[in-house]
Amino acid sequence: MKRPGPIGLLRTTGVLLGKDLLIEWRTRARLNALIFFALATLLLFSFALGPDTKLLERNAGGYLWLAILFASTLALGESFRVEQENACLDGLRLAPADARAIFLSKALGNTMLLVVLGGVLIPAMVALYGVKVVLGAGPLLGTLVLGCMALAAPGTVYAAISSNARARDVLLPLLLFPLIVPALLASAKAMMLVLQGDPMNQLNSWFGLLTGFNLIYWGLGFALFPRVIED
Amino acid sequence: MGKFFRIALPPIALGLLVWGHYIGLAVAPPDREMGDVQRIMYAHVPAVWIAMVALTLNFICSVTYLFKPSWKTDALAEASAEVGLLFGAVGVLLGAIWGRPTWGVYWTWDPRLTTAAILLVAYMGYMALRRFVEDAEKRAVWSAVVGIIAAVDLPIIWFSVKWWRSLHQVQSSPKTVDPAMVFPLRISAFAFLAFMIVFLIYRYRIALHERQAEVALPEALPTDDPASRRSAGVA
Repeated sequence: MKRPGPIGLLRTTGVLLGKDLLIEWRTRARLNALIFFALATLLLFSFALGPDTKLLERNAGGYLWLAILFASTLALGESFRVEQENACLDGLRLAPADARAIFLSKALGNTMLLVVLGGVLIPAMVALYGVKVVLGAGPLLGTLVLGCMALAAPGTVYAAISSNARARDVLLPLLLFPLIVPALLASAKAMMLVLQGDPMNQLNSWFGLLTGFNLIYWGLGFALFPRVIED
Repeated sequence: MGKFFRIALPPIALGLLVWGHYIGLAVAPPDREMGDVQRIMYAHVPAVWIAMVALTLNFICSVTYLFKPSWKTDALAEASAEVGLLFGAVGVLLGAIWGRPTWGVYWTWDPRLTTAAILLVAYMGYMALRRFVEDAEKRAVWSAVVGIIAAVDLPIIWFSVKWWRSLHQVQSSPKTVDPAMVFPLRISAFAFLAFMIVFLIYRYRIALHERQAEVALPEALPTDDPASRRSAGVA
């Protein structure tokens, strides 16, 4: 099969992304489950730590990203479960869809889902933990998008692998969590700066780390994903 | 060649280890500030070096497998990951024993320690993946992909002490260290290297035999390339 050029790749990605979003829109099962799961996680943090509002406010950025991370393992696993049923992934490969387009569409879809989830969680966090968004919407959205992209790229590759393995529910976090530590650290620090103000101008260095992380793992995922799903 | 390594190398490794540790513990001078505690360096530093060497070998095998699939490369990748994990765990453990009297704590969230911990957990995930996938060909490909992704941490560990100046000291060079300390360190490093090669050879042979037992049937054995095996209709 001749590999399509960049235009063909983008078009295939768009079509596949549209298909995934349509499935999501028709069922809305995944997003609803994720939102309730992540909200419950946020609540559990405040129960586990007791009613110390100062502590909750200070660590709010970290709790938010942990809630998103836990929810993301459900989201990522689910994004390949729909392709496992009735061997849909084989159908896609026979269509023939470029495997790299499948990676891009899945990773973009997962990023969008996580960003929407973050958009729901932030108001909840403002209410539960009594935080204020000091730096405004721009840096907040920047942190959210960069952080979710960083979770989605390696997460998509590992979800594709673990969806076919035994003990898939154990394997995905086992592979993903250690890898994601730098991105989690940078996202949580950046979110804390967004919530508490940035007098020392540190935000850009965390954005730099997240951008570097994204470049490495989106690149690796793009290059390696075809080998993951080949049969 | 292989027989020489299997039979002659273990006693050589053991001899080097005894020699290196004897001059490290008895001949080399104690450190001016840390005293005798510093002597753990003669085991801690080589263990971490060798872990990096073994895991770099795993990375090379992973890349090679994706371009040219071979059961031998896959078996070597599995062996090098396990051996690297073993040496890395020994290195981190020795570092913790050294940290208690020197820093006052067994563990601290210094960047070098944190990245090393991430490395160990990442390769435990890699080992788990190898246990959880039954199909030998898929396991080989996926392990190679995961091996490449996990290897991103290796240069980060190496440079972590330079990027973030923190508790863990920067790599010294032979120019800045007393020759009486450099010599036992070098001997110990060669001892650990020899042990790594011994462990690799044995683990590689086990992995290769496992592969042959699982992929197959007598006619599958002579060919080494999964793709040609598939086209021959054996799989």
